[in-house]
Amino acid sequence: MKKLMSGNEAIARGAYECGVLFASGYPGTPSTEILEEYSQYPGVYAEWSPNEKVALEVGIGAALAGARVLVTMKHVGVNVAADPLFTISYTGTNGGLVIVTADDPSMHSSQNEQDNRNYAKFTRIPMLEPADSQEAKKFVKIAFDISEKFDTPVFLRSTTRVSHSQSIVILEDRIEGEDKTGIYKNPAKYVMVPARARVRRVEVEKRMSELREFAESFPENRMELNDPEVGIITSGMSYNYAKDVFPRYSYLKLGMVFPLPVNLIREFASRVKKLYVVEELDPFFEEAIKAMGIEATGKDIFPYTGEFDPGIIETSMTGRSAERVDLPTLSLPQRPPNLCPGCPHRGLFYVLGKLDAFVAGDIGCYTLSFMKPLEGMDSTICMGASIGMAHGMSKALKEKGAGKIVGVIGDSTFVHSGITPLLNMAYNKSAAVIVISDNSTTAMTGLQEHAATGLTLQGEVTGKLDFTLLAKAIGIESVRVIDPYDIKNTKEVMKEERAKDCPSLVISKGACVLLKKQQKVKPAKPFTVDPEKCIGCKMCLGLGCPAISWRRFEDRDELKIYKKGKKQEGISSINSFLCTGCTLCRQVCKPEAIAEVTDNE
Amino acid sequence: MNNSGKSILLAGVGGQGIIRASDIMSSVIMEAGYDVKKSEVHGMAQRGGCVSSHIRYSDKVFSPLSMKGGVDLLISFEKLETLRYLDYLAPEGIIIINDEEIYPPSVNMGEGEYPSNVTETINEYFTDVTVVSASSLAEKAGDKRMTNTVMLGALSVHLPFDPNIWEEVLKRTFSGKMSEMNISAFGMGRNV
Repeated sequence: MKKLMSGNEAIARGAYECGVLFASGYPGTPSTEILEEYSQYPGVYAEWSPNEKVALEVGIGAALAGARVLVTMKHVGVNVAADPLFTISYTGTNGGLVIVTADDPSMHSSQNEQDNRNYAKFTRIPMLEPADSQEAKKFVKIAFDISEKFDTPVFLRSTTRVSHSQSIVILEDRIEGEDKTGIYKNPAKYVMVPARARVRRVEVEKRMSELREFAESFPENRMELNDPEVGIITSGMSYNYAKDVFPRYSYLKLGMVFPLPVNLIREFASRVKKLYVVEELDPFFEEAIKAMGIEATGKDIFPYTGEFDPGIIETSMTGRSAERVDLPTLSLPQRPPNLCPGCPHRGLFYVLGKLDAFVAGDIGCYTLSFMKPLEGMDSTICMGASIGMAHGMSKALKEKGAGKIVGVIGDSTFVHSGITPLLNMAYNKSAAVIVISDNSTTAMTGLQEHAATGLTLQGEVTGKLDFTLLAKAIGIESVRVIDPYDIKNTKEVMKEERAKDCPSLVISKGACVLLKKQQKVKPAKPFTVDPEKCIGCKMCLGLGCPAISWRRFEDRDELKIYKKGKKQEGISSINSFLCTGCTLCRQVCKPEAIAEVTDNE
Repeated sequence: MNNSGKSILLAGVGGQGIIRASDIMSSVIMEAGYDVKKSEVHGMAQRGGCVSSHIRYSDKVFSPLSMKGGVDLLISFEKLETLRYLDYLAPEGIIIINDEEIYPPSVNMGEGEYPSNVTETINEYFTDVTVVSASSLAEKAGDKRMTNTVMLGALSVHLPFDPNIWEEVLKRTFSGKMSEMNISAFGMGRNV
């Protein structure tokens, strides 16, 4: 049966078809849908772990017990999981262990665009890279075979364009593997004290040598010999882009991007006159190929940064581009993503943006609040960084920083990596204020459950982490819970907590509006602006709510009757279809021009 | 693209049903027997930002992304967004625009201007431009959320697929009353 599938759906399907019964991960664009899809197949176990390090350790445990295991994460998640990663390469995995790293060239939804092919080389773990959904499904299965044959974890590298593009996949039946699970004790292999690690270290290099040999005849390292004038070495989505523009050139398409098939590359290079290396991000192949003494053209003409498309490859290689209409340069208003109408983060960041304080932020929807008009965040580095940074800044500034350092983190991000830095604040007697902006879900990646939501990935009811109890248990004495839809109280609590010289935690509790919509919670009545009362002070616009807009008298003659003074230039208006009745605008409106829509309106 | 296929670009604003429309179109293309690839970016983009979806079909498709100057059909669900993607169009490219205006945040805040002469600008550079009141047609058909289906109807006359395939896929995508309503919204777009 043929089906249109995204790369992520295909990875999940591939794992299911080849008998994988166990998967773990942490949500992160562009990897999230893999586990969401996989978790819905019958008879499988799948979990959201609190972070990628835990997810990988869970996966390692399951693999050592003989299961076939899939672990998924985005590229920066591998940084979090790096500690166990380097050593599992030494011990080997017993059962098959495949780790998906979904990279994000162009940073569509990420803080950096690191090229995780480097991790393969760094950890001595083989890596496969599919170019479309059909290959994604096929490569997952191959990855498990390689993992079991060579007793090694295997990386499957995807990129945003592979994970989130759809193409036709041929579905196959699931093949149930033999149940090999059990307790396998092998301390020489699994207890990595120095003496034993030294032994395993040598095994790693033996395995590498076998894998290099395997790569030479691996059928997914595919030579397509056509026009001998130009040869292109490439992999993944870049292959598709190049093939689109130059269908007649010769190709060496690498299905396995580490280790490289050295002899195959030499042979290919000897059969073409001019050799190009087409790869997004780092010159990973290029450096290896040049180190082999082979002449090739790569990053001297192709960009180092951002994802490619067919046009970039054509222009880089020929200097030409497709014929197109000569258009004038248009300066168009940008349309950046924004916090939703009714978002619980808005009230909190409206208050934080007005503080004389440095707000160390974190990763989630709320990161968007750095923009105008809220401007409620001064830094974002990585998952969990807000808390450690706030503490470090507060310690370095001493009295100068008193009351001026705040860290803000979402609930899912706090579960991911906020607990240990909060413990550190208690232990090292911090004076910073930390706010957990708790919207009861992992909103940014599409409403995933986590350890504080009370549900598992597969929908089972479970215990819920209680942030207040946790904070008390680790030694944070001052804990406050606030309603971010109450601006006045939020301001007061932030003032009181900043005045303290001990660490304090504020839990700003309001469920994500998208979550409420999903749960079919009936929204409150929308609000409307009374044009008779609006004085055009624009206070409500300072909330940056997509439901509120400005109407200039200059553009609309019919509104001029509402002009109340010489200086008034227009009035505000609320789109009742977008408004969720969150009341924030009513709270900031001094002339009380904002009220609930009445039933006859 | 070559004679046997086309490159299509759907553009608009998060929440307008662009992804759903591109799903429906890709299914129709697959059922018509072609190879098809489509690509859009999720994540940050879903919070009211720009959304675009590339769809390409042929006997064999490699890249899901079109190059600038390579798009045969641009279907824009919002007026201003059309301008953002004009450079993707081939010189003889076809444009279908929904005449709805959705103000970006800077315009809402009174700090930016919504361009006043979108269609005029486009007509200066392209000859095959159709403006459709898809949002109001969808409202007439019973639900504004069917704007995307009206746009698919308008697009369908430029594609060689049997209307029965469109109808089948629409029937399968929507259940109950919505199924009939969408088929009628599709017909309204087709007859523009």
